[in-house]
Amino acid sequence: MRPVSAGRWAVISLPYLWLLLFFLVPFIIVFKISLSDIRLGMPPYQPMLQWVEAQVVNIQVNLGNYAFLLEDPLYRNAYLHSISTAAISTLLCLLIGYPMAYGIARTDKSWRNLLLMLVMLPFWTSFLLRVYAWIGILKNNGLINNLLMGMGLIDQPIVMLQTDFAVYIGIVYSYLPFMVLPLYATLEKQDITLLEAAADLGCHPVRAFLTITLPLSMPGVVAGSLLVFIPAVGEFVIPALLGGPDTLMIGKVLWNEFFQNRDWPVASAVAIAMLLLLVVPIMLFQLAQGRQAGGHP
Amino acid sequence: MAETRPDKKLEPWRDRDIQPYIRIERVTKNFGDFTAVDDVSLDIYRGEIFCLLGASGCGKTTLLRMLAGFEQPSSGRIAIDGADMAGIPPYRRPVNMMFQSYALFPHMTVAQNVAFGLKQDRLPKGEIRDRVAAMLELVKLTALGGRKPHQLSGGQRQRVALARSLVKQPKLLLLDEPLGALDRKLREHTQFELVNIQEKLGVTFVVVTHDQGEAMTLASRIGVMDHGEIIQVGTPSDIYEYPTTKFVADFVGSVNLFEGRLVEDEPDHVRVECPELGGCFYVDHGVSAPPAATVWVALRPEKVFISRESPGPGPDNQVPGIIKEIAYLGDLSVYLVQLPTGRMLRVTRPNVRRQDAAFDRLTWDEQVWLSWEASSPVVVTQ
Repeated sequence: MRPVSAGRWAVISLPYLWLLLFFLVPFIIVFKISLSDIRLGMPPYQPMLQWVEAQVVNIQVNLGNYAFLLEDPLYRNAYLHSISTAAISTLLCLLIGYPMAYGIARTDKSWRNLLLMLVMLPFWTSFLLRVYAWIGILKNNGLINNLLMGMGLIDQPIVMLQTDFAVYIGIVYSYLPFMVLPLYATLEKQDITLLEAAADLGCHPVRAFLTITLPLSMPGVVAGSLLVFIPAVGEFVIPALLGGPDTLMIGKVLWNEFFQNRDWPVASAVAIAMLLLLVVPIMLFQLAQGRQAGGHP
Repeated sequence: MAETRPDKKLEPWRDRDIQPYIRIERVTKNFGDFTAVDDVSLDIYRGEIFCLLGASGCGKTTLLRMLAGFEQPSSGRIAIDGADMAGIPPYRRPVNMMFQSYALFPHMTVAQNVAFGLKQDRLPKGEIRDRVAAMLELVKLTALGGRKPHQLSGGQRQRVALARSLVKQPKLLLLDEPLGALDRKLREHTQFELVNIQEKLGVTFVVVTHDQGEAMTLASRIGVMDHGEIIQVGTPSDIYEYPTTKFVADFVGSVNLFEGRLVEDEPDHVRVECPELGGCFYVDHGVSAPPAATVWVALRPEKVFISRESPGPGPDNQVPGIIKEIAYLGDLSVYLVQLPTGRMLRVTRPNVRRQDAAFDRLTWDEQVWLSWEASSPVVVTQ
């Protein structure tokens, strides 16, 4: 074994240090809060460890917050609704993003970079501003309704803002690039001669797409779907701005617990439960990636 | 197979009654300003192994891709088995192709790759299974049917590609540099295997290759291409022994080329005066060229005799020289001999005798005589 140099140690340990400081430590703090009791004051929870006497530490663990999550249907509904909203949005992103990525990957090389830049162009504007802009488009006297009424197609404005529809639009619009980019990456490096070989063996182009292109792009489909699904589950800004008061999403519930109810322990429990819920798809993602890396050379 | 017997059945191109299987008529293919294939006309007959031979970029692959249907001719006509192929997409052509990169489907096993073409025809499952098994046996891959392509060696992949392209029993198989990725031993072995399979199945092969050895071993006829044009078509021995142009003489095998002037032009012989040779070639065949025209004489290295003694009455077809370089290749030795004019001449001689200490070998800086028969040189006019 070669001795590992100090420089190499530094390079390896730096990202771990980062994760430790900005992920693990906050996670432990939140986890600790989730196991404590609410109280009035600052901070608004009972510390877990208390020095009762000089040498006696009182450790108080309260699992009641988690029990509460299970008891109150609000949380279960919010979780389920978040997941279904994220799943439907992911599917819509896939349906819109796949043809886009396919189209870009198959256009002339000189056009590809321009088209890719157009996909990423919205990132140059703040995410918040872009979501706000949708309010102007969707609201009752907004762009779409004014246009339709002006053309005489409708007399009453269609209510779009503060509906689930608006939330889907917001999520699909915001996360579409995260779907397109990994899909493009897998489609672009696909060997075109495979399709020629399929055609040569008597395979119609549509069938060749289904039997060759699509299966070989599955790593991109999985990566893109997880990149959309995971943040969409915990999304707060979009349902808060575009959704109605009855749009129940876990990000919004979390916000309400923290800032309106000031119930930090329950809010922390919500956050931890959500994290555990998302760890499963992340692990599936890593499994898929590992299989991809170990698969074709 | 390298040597074609002079049997009419084996030389369908000599028989006027036989219809060609593939008819390429005045086909041109342009990519923008670049002309990849330039006014090519070619007839290929059933059961042939036809090799398109040329350097990379000469248009041979484009011609093959037009046969497969991946490219459409800019002008001209391609007919296969009497049917015009214009506008017929690749998946409706009675043609299969073996790709240079093999193009195996990476997400399918060997057996699934081979079965792919049969599945497109919606054949019954049992028949697909039987035919795949038979094909895998033919290419000796029965044991590896469950492997994925990335688990195979280069030679195994090549055999999967061959099996996949043959399983549909095509009348015409196109092979793009089929042996390019194999090492020399495996290559030689596979060349003979290909010829055996071709004879067993009676398929017409069109092979694209830049390797003249490969073309010589495989082909019933060779078409030499350069800059999008077909320069010469003929049997391997035609191409080698009677090249019609400098390019073909130089491209196929190695050759000594001399520029010269026709000084005697009779129907049964010509004499060509070559300043670089310092003498004349006497060639025992006629040449169709204007008197005193500039011509080139091609002389194959193995057709030159090398000896210490003067070969006898001259002065044509013999020249003295000094051995400058010797390359011992085992089966033969290559001598580079400097002529009095300063020109180097390449001579090869088979090592018939063991070159041990007792052998009185020719050595460096030795004075030798080079000579050749009047039938050996070939005169080309372009």
